[in-house]
Amino acid sequence: MGARFFGADVLRAEDRTLLKGSGQYVDDIRLEGTLHGAFLRSPHAHAIIKSIDTTKAKELDGVHAVYTYDEIEEPLNQPIKQPYPHPLIRKDILGYPLAKEEVCHVGEAIAFIVADTRHIAEDAIPLIEIEFETLEAAVRVREAALPNAPTAHKDSKDNIAAELNIKFGDIEDTFSSADHVLETSFLQHRGGCHAMEGRAILASYNSSLDELTSWSATQCPYLIRRSLAGHFQMPESRIRIISPDVGGGFGPKAGFYAEEIITAFASKKLGKPVKWIEDRQEHFVTTNTQRDSWWDLKIACDNKGRISGVRGKIITDQGAYIPWGLLLAFTSMTPLPGPYKILSMDIDQQVVFTNTVPNTPVRGAGRPNAAYAMERVIETVSRHLKIGSAEIRRRNFVEKKDFPYKTGLIHFNGTPMSYDSGDYHQLLEKALDLADFDNFFERQKQARENGQFLGIGISSCIEDTGNGPYEGVTVRVDTMGKVYVSSGAASQGQGHKTVLTQIVADQLSVNIEDIHVEIGDTSKFPQGVGTVASRVGVNIGTAAFSAANEVREKALNLAADILETDLEDLEIEDGIIRDKSRKNLTISLGEIALKLAPMSGGAVPAGHSASLESTSYQASNGMPHASGSNVCEVEVDIGTGEVKVLNYCVAHDCGKKINPMIVEGQIVGGVVHGIGNALFEEMIYDDGGQPQNTNYGEYLLPLATEMPPIKVIHQETPSPLNPLGLKGAGEGGTIPAAAAIVSAIENALTEFNVVIDRYPVTPEYLCNLIDKENQIEV
Amino acid sequence: MADNREITIKVNGKDMTTYVETRLSLGDVLREHFHLTGTHLGCEHGVCGACTVVVDGEPIRSCLMLGVQAHGKEVTTVEGLSKGEDLHPIQEAFWKNHGLQCGYCTPGFLTTLFSFLENNSDPTEREIREAISGNICRCTGYQNIVNAALDAAKVMKGS
Repeated sequence: MGARFFGADVLRAEDRTLLKGSGQYVDDIRLEGTLHGAFLRSPHAHAIIKSIDTTKAKELDGVHAVYTYDEIEEPLNQPIKQPYPHPLIRKDILGYPLAKEEVCHVGEAIAFIVADTRHIAEDAIPLIEIEFETLEAAVRVREAALPNAPTAHKDSKDNIAAELNIKFGDIEDTFSSADHVLETSFLQHRGGCHAMEGRAILASYNSSLDELTSWSATQCPYLIRRSLAGHFQMPESRIRIISPDVGGGFGPKAGFYAEEIITAFASKKLGKPVKWIEDRQEHFVTTNTQRDSWWDLKIACDNKGRISGVRGKIITDQGAYIPWGLLLAFTSMTPLPGPYKILSMDIDQQVVFTNTVPNTPVRGAGRPNAAYAMERVIETVSRHLKIGSAEIRRRNFVEKKDFPYKTGLIHFNGTPMSYDSGDYHQLLEKALDLADFDNFFERQKQARENGQFLGIGISSCIEDTGNGPYEGVTVRVDTMGKVYVSSGAASQGQGHKTVLTQIVADQLSVNIEDIHVEIGDTSKFPQGVGTVASRVGVNIGTAAFSAANEVREKALNLAADILETDLEDLEIEDGIIRDKSRKNLTISLGEIALKLAPMSGGAVPAGHSASLESTSYQASNGMPHASGSNVCEVEVDIGTGEVKVLNYCVAHDCGKKINPMIVEGQIVGGVVHGIGNALFEEMIYDDGGQPQNTNYGEYLLPLATEMPPIKVIHQETPSPLNPLGLKGAGEGGTIPAAAAIVSAIENALTEFNVVIDRYPVTPEYLCNLIDKENQIEV
Repeated sequence: MADNREITIKVNGKDMTTYVETRLSLGDVLREHFHLTGTHLGCEHGVCGACTVVVDGEPIRSCLMLGVQAHGKEVTTVEGLSKGEDLHPIQEAFWKNHGLQCGYCTPGFLTTLFSFLENNSDPTEREIREAISGNICRCTGYQNIVNAALDAAKVMKGS
């Protein structure tokens, strides 16, 4: 049994349909009699709703209903339930399905209008008469963290949602015995979701069956099923969530939002399907973003640049609610040591409410923040001790002989952070070679003589991937020999169907064309977790491998009985089982399937179990750790502050690759997301909590013209934790990117002694920084 | 009061007539009246380019043009690029170069490039990047889209 498809650039099974424009995203799905919804949303960052009158809106022709909090019936009139409860959450505040009496951010839903068309529903919005009493808003998170700050919620005494600490080693001893104690402080801002398809829901409640079906542009259909079951107090078995073609996820589409409840409620009340399609402006003010985090770190190191300890504090802007518990807070702390051997750490984090859109993970969650922070630490030591940026990393990396390496921290899933495998030194050298690093300084010198400012930056990272607890896969062969594969893990463009097909085709020795895959539909597979955190490839890969192998064994066992031959003499080729030495002795997988699934009057062969199928929830035995080293080159225009990224080189290690083409697509796309974080993406609020840039003319995303050539090279250290040696790859491009860009900008501006203390690095910020450091009056 | 007009648009080579509210965008008319849902609305502000269709040879954001303005015009949508199961060379090149991931922005890239490559048979990489600079893709990082366009240009020139 050789691997024909595993490791090959198999073209994606998903693509032809999408290319022809026949994909079925939520808004493309047409159900007879569908009504369309629109929300009246808060124009204020913080206010009390004094009165609300929907009479005129209800009278508009074509309007079927207008719902406010008062019309929401038991048991739905309760706050949204916390999907990730944690004892460290001090104030577990989530919004109501529609605002009860207080609105806490611009965009919070107040009323839902259902009409014949979306246009009519929007026509009715201004007909709702509503009186607010505005309250002072908490907007800037460092001010909001202070004891006497205005509170983001009227009944709170302060804005502290949670306080966390992570520590290991003897931090006091480390700092008192250090040759140097250095400091670095900076702001990180990750921006929003900005999937090209916004959130979208089509809810259809069938009263005669008491069943709810909802199509949702989500990364986590099972989370939505569970949450709706809780809110409606309805058995999960009567709720079906379908995640059809979904136009990108990037984290914020993994949450459970009020709109899931309201659309289902309206469909139940009206007896018709109800569709709500988020428009782009709503996306900016209602879909969760990953907001500001302010970092103050102290570093202990010796004269050779070996870092022994890091201590400090993070203040994180939680926005108005805490819909993901502390997942983001933890993921920005637990991977903090990165690829470096650090002896001690002690980090506090304050999670603070403000009157802005809620804060939840965006591609990488807190991992890009942790990686950025550690790279800032490394660069600070490099600058202070005048040790080259490659050499300083070599001196601090975890060594190959150290694996499995325990950092001393505990993952938020409760297990020790343990790096399973890798070779960080070799990976860095690969990146440096790819970038022609050794010759850069000559290029830089020549460019400077021509008046150009070139810079180079390095960033190295690890990524905890393949987090459990499970994803499941069923493999079933039908009597025609066709193979049906189902899994809970929905796809938002990652190519899950293709990789499942590759693994099953190899293990069962069948043709790819004979495999049919169904994913992202809770009626097709009983349980799932969700497509987040670079975890799906590892989890479904492992489960598919295990399920397909069990089907193979089951088929071969029965074939051995029927063909009266030894098990080890059998092979499968293109769905046909045969005796290796007597090639005419054959039976097809379809025939075996028929014997194991007889109809009435038949019997399952003795010693065998019914149905040629298997379901596996087998997961990786711990988290495989991917790693990367990136090198990028930039040119800075000191007059305009424009940063041009000239080239970007990635050396990445995600173990064995199921489909290298897909992996490379994930890495390149991820890098570009990270470049967007470094240079462009910023959700800006004014001091009163009004968002300032809610369209793509003002909120900048990376465009083709600004992106450099991105070269990717791989190192393959298979993970020992799962049978296929897999590690995740979905976020490894994004995690290190901002740090590489920022270091490169600083390198370009060495003579101006510029230290960048925030991203995105906008032209305005950079000009001011150059001017400030060089005492030029402006 | 809603103002309605009868309009006829030649969509993908076929005359299609409908009675529409004048305020509907061309994108809405294509999707809701003609059920051509391959045209996706990404931002409805005219910035992301997902809804691009070709109107009388020019790439147009269908979220910024009213349906009634397209009366009497020829419109090509993504559904008009392939011939049955045969993909257009640009679509084929997107497939082979992994030029799409979630596929939501893809129709806008295809129509933009369809119009561009019809008029530029031998483009440089830079020209392609300029041509698609009005289209936003969150997934791919553009590199494979550019590679696909270069490949498609070669195939289209040879045919």
